[in-house]
Amino acid sequence: MSSHPDQTLWSFPGGLELPGHKALSTAGPIEVAKLPKQLVLPLQQHIGAPANPVVQVGDKVKKGQLLAAPEGFVSAPIHASTSGTVIAIEDRQVPHPSGLSAPCIVLESDGEDAWCELQPHADYVNLDPSELRNIIRDAGIVGLGGAGFPSFIKLNPGARTSIDTLILNGAECEPFISCDDMLMRERADEVVHGARIMQHALNAKRCLIGIEDNKPEAIAAIGEAIRRLNQPSISLMKVPTRYPAGGEKQLIRLLTGKEVPSQGLPIDIGVVCHNVATAASVHRAVELGQPMISRIVTITGHAAAQPQNMEVRLGTPIEAVLEQAGGDNGQAHRLLLGGPMMGFELRNRQLPTTKTANCLLLATDQDAPKREVISDCIRCGQCALVCPMRLLPQQLYWHAKAKDFDKAQDYDLFDCIECGCCTHVCPAQLPLVNFYRFAKTHIWAQEREKQQADLARERHEFRLFRQQREKEEKAARHKAKADAVAKGGGEDSKKAAIKAAMERAKAKKAAVQANGADEAPTEAPVKESTAPETAGQPAPDKEPKP
Amino acid sequence: MSFAIQPHLSVPQIMHRVSLALIPALLAYTWIFGWGVVLNVLLAVATALAVEALLLKIRHKPFKAPFGDGSAILTALLLCMALPPLLPWWVVVIGSAIAILLGKQLYGGLGFNPFNPAMVGYVVLLISFPREMSLWMAPIGGEHSLSLLDTLRYVFTEQLPAAVGGIDAYTMATPLDALKTGLGLEQAMGEIMAMPMFGYLGGSGWEIINALILLGGLWMLYTRLITWHVPVAMLGTLFLIAGIFHLIDPQSYASPVFHIVTGGALLGAFFIATDPVSGATSLRGQLIFGAGVGLFTYIIRTWGGYPDGVAFSILLMNMAAPTIDYYTRPRVFGHKGDQG
Repeated sequence: MSSHPDQTLWSFPGGLELPGHKALSTAGPIEVAKLPKQLVLPLQQHIGAPANPVVQVGDKVKKGQLLAAPEGFVSAPIHASTSGTVIAIEDRQVPHPSGLSAPCIVLESDGEDAWCELQPHADYVNLDPSELRNIIRDAGIVGLGGAGFPSFIKLNPGARTSIDTLILNGAECEPFISCDDMLMRERADEVVHGARIMQHALNAKRCLIGIEDNKPEAIAAIGEAIRRLNQPSISLMKVPTRYPAGGEKQLIRLLTGKEVPSQGLPIDIGVVCHNVATAASVHRAVELGQPMISRIVTITGHAAAQPQNMEVRLGTPIEAVLEQAGGDNGQAHRLLLGGPMMGFELRNRQLPTTKTANCLLLATDQDAPKREVISDCIRCGQCALVCPMRLLPQQLYWHAKAKDFDKAQDYDLFDCIECGCCTHVCPAQLPLVNFYRFAKTHIWAQEREKQQADLARERHEFRLFRQQREKEEKAARHKAKADAVAKGGGEDSKKAAIKAAMERAKAKKAAVQANGADEAPTEAPVKESTAPETAGQPAPDKEPKP
Repeated sequence: MSFAIQPHLSVPQIMHRVSLALIPALLAYTWIFGWGVVLNVLLAVATALAVEALLLKIRHKPFKAPFGDGSAILTALLLCMALPPLLPWWVVVIGSAIAILLGKQLYGGLGFNPFNPAMVGYVVLLISFPREMSLWMAPIGGEHSLSLLDTLRYVFTEQLPAAVGGIDAYTMATPLDALKTGLGLEQAMGEIMAMPMFGYLGGSGWEIINALILLGGLWMLYTRLITWHVPVAMLGTLFLIAGIFHLIDPQSYASPVFHIVTGGALLGAFFIATDPVSGATSLRGQLIFGAGVGLFTYIIRTWGGYPDGVAFSILLMNMAAPTIDYYTRPRVFGHKGDQG
């Protein structure tokens, strides 16, 4: 354990040596984006359910105040990224490959940028890990590496009492992007503090910080911070610059030699992996009490006038960020959100900056070649050589294209991490990853349909069962009445009717409980309360309309 | 394992480069066996491009003039390397047309053909026109040779200069043919191999052509157009089996070196069995595929009815490729099992 960076001993299959173009955007310090007049905060900036607004149009809010609360377990809250007034809660276009609209809270800034009251927890070591997780959850922290998964969930050791290794991902393997690099250079202490908090929450024995060896400044800064803050349980590891070294499974393999099992999670092998920027946010949330209201965004590409990194308040229009960075330098370009490998093109610049927006790439044709399909797959196998999951992308393509989804799954479609290496090398320039996403989406849809069909079938069977039961009960009632009349006892017949009705009620309740189905039970209590009077009458057919 | 991937080529670039690697051998083939090879190439390439363009038009697919994706030219050139050096024009046209039409386009075009198109065309000709397909010119230095004009006249009218007599005056058996005939006459191997036509290693003239094929193949390996798996597995298996039989009975079984440097072994190993579309796709699969081609080649050459067996072997292994691929999938990252 030392702050001196160790070269990793392990490797992962496939991968690509790509030109990094990192120096483009790392010449100057991290700038702060100007406060815009209006901020648009999508309710879903994370994986999971959209947050639920807790403010109303017209409300005055302070910076850091809760605007929307998480909905369910896998969700994250949204906070005001400046002080001002809520002027709308409505659908706005959000950054998404399909250009879809989604509910957003629109905030008009009052220019004061005044914080709400913050609750720092400097003595977090005395806090219970579950309390820590609550603080981190309430701060709206999600993974800043790309996916945006709510971080508190990944800070729970679960059934284990402790985990072996916390990994901080500072690899930043995708070309052009440098926001993590700059964060580590300028705010190494925050990263190390965050690592300590995460270690505490996870009861992790050790922490490994993995950084690609093309970032000597970041490696030096983190090493220096580990030394200065005297953290012997944190080690710094240099990993080779090879895309996708920053993929979670790839980095875990590089640092520990272990493979995350297929369909499993890193925690299954005693490892948890977080991004370095997420760690810095955890530090701010816990020790400073600040929720996640900003992030560092790389503005770069050979068409960018002044490539740089900027700390941007969430909700700031991308247009304003680009404008502050000087816009483009006149070269023809496309605007990508994310890097050239995993990013997607934005056709509209009036979109908000979100928690997962790591890079605005003003890409020339060289930076991110526009790919046109030039032939069908010739099965050359280049894709299989570069696949870091050791899949056979050519076979997956074949089956996905033929919509033979069973076969695609047979070839381990769901192990694909969508890194784009196969697409990058394909001599036919096929958009391979798009085919895999298409297949995955279809399989998910099929599974949902199947579940619904199963439910419908269960309901139908229960309905048949109930109809049969009612028929039998009716027959029994008739028989009971006939028997009572035959006996000739007035009181007795009434008692018998009441008894029969009560038995029916009991039977129905039992049936409802046994089936637990979500229809049919509602009618039971109402009907039964009137049962004595209507006893002997044919029960009205209360079949609910489907 | 890890590969440093070269600047990425497009499909047409790959096709053109493989074609380029074949040019030295084609030039040598022409120099040694005469103008007929040039006419074969012109006819085959023109037919292949015409059929390809026509079929793509019928299928409403784009054809980028003048050479499409480059695969039709490559198919035509490979076919010409396999064809005898003097053929009536219609044989070449039929072979080239069948290669593109039946071998490729009817399956859905490049990428969908289960068989190597050039081998489909070649084998159809071999079975349909055995007389024409078994006439091989004598290599350079023979008693008679045909001028360009005489060659043109033969190709289009099937008439030869009256002075010399029949076609037999110009033709000669190939080394593999002569071997088969000799063994059939119960001649000893030493006796057969002593004939001047066998040259130093694999037949006079043939040695030069095959040396240039090897050179082209090594260049493709060096530039990573192909991987070593198929050629090494195929030639290695052929060498091994031929070696075993040669050791057991050197008078009845030709030497392993002869097997490698004669006939279509090198052409098949580097240029045809490496066809990614119709071959196995996983690296382990490619080893099995190559070994199968080598094995069948030896069996057909030694005990079969045809002097050479490379084309049939490749088609046979093409049939097996999907199954090989299914059973040789690498171990996916995060899955249990053997290292792939």
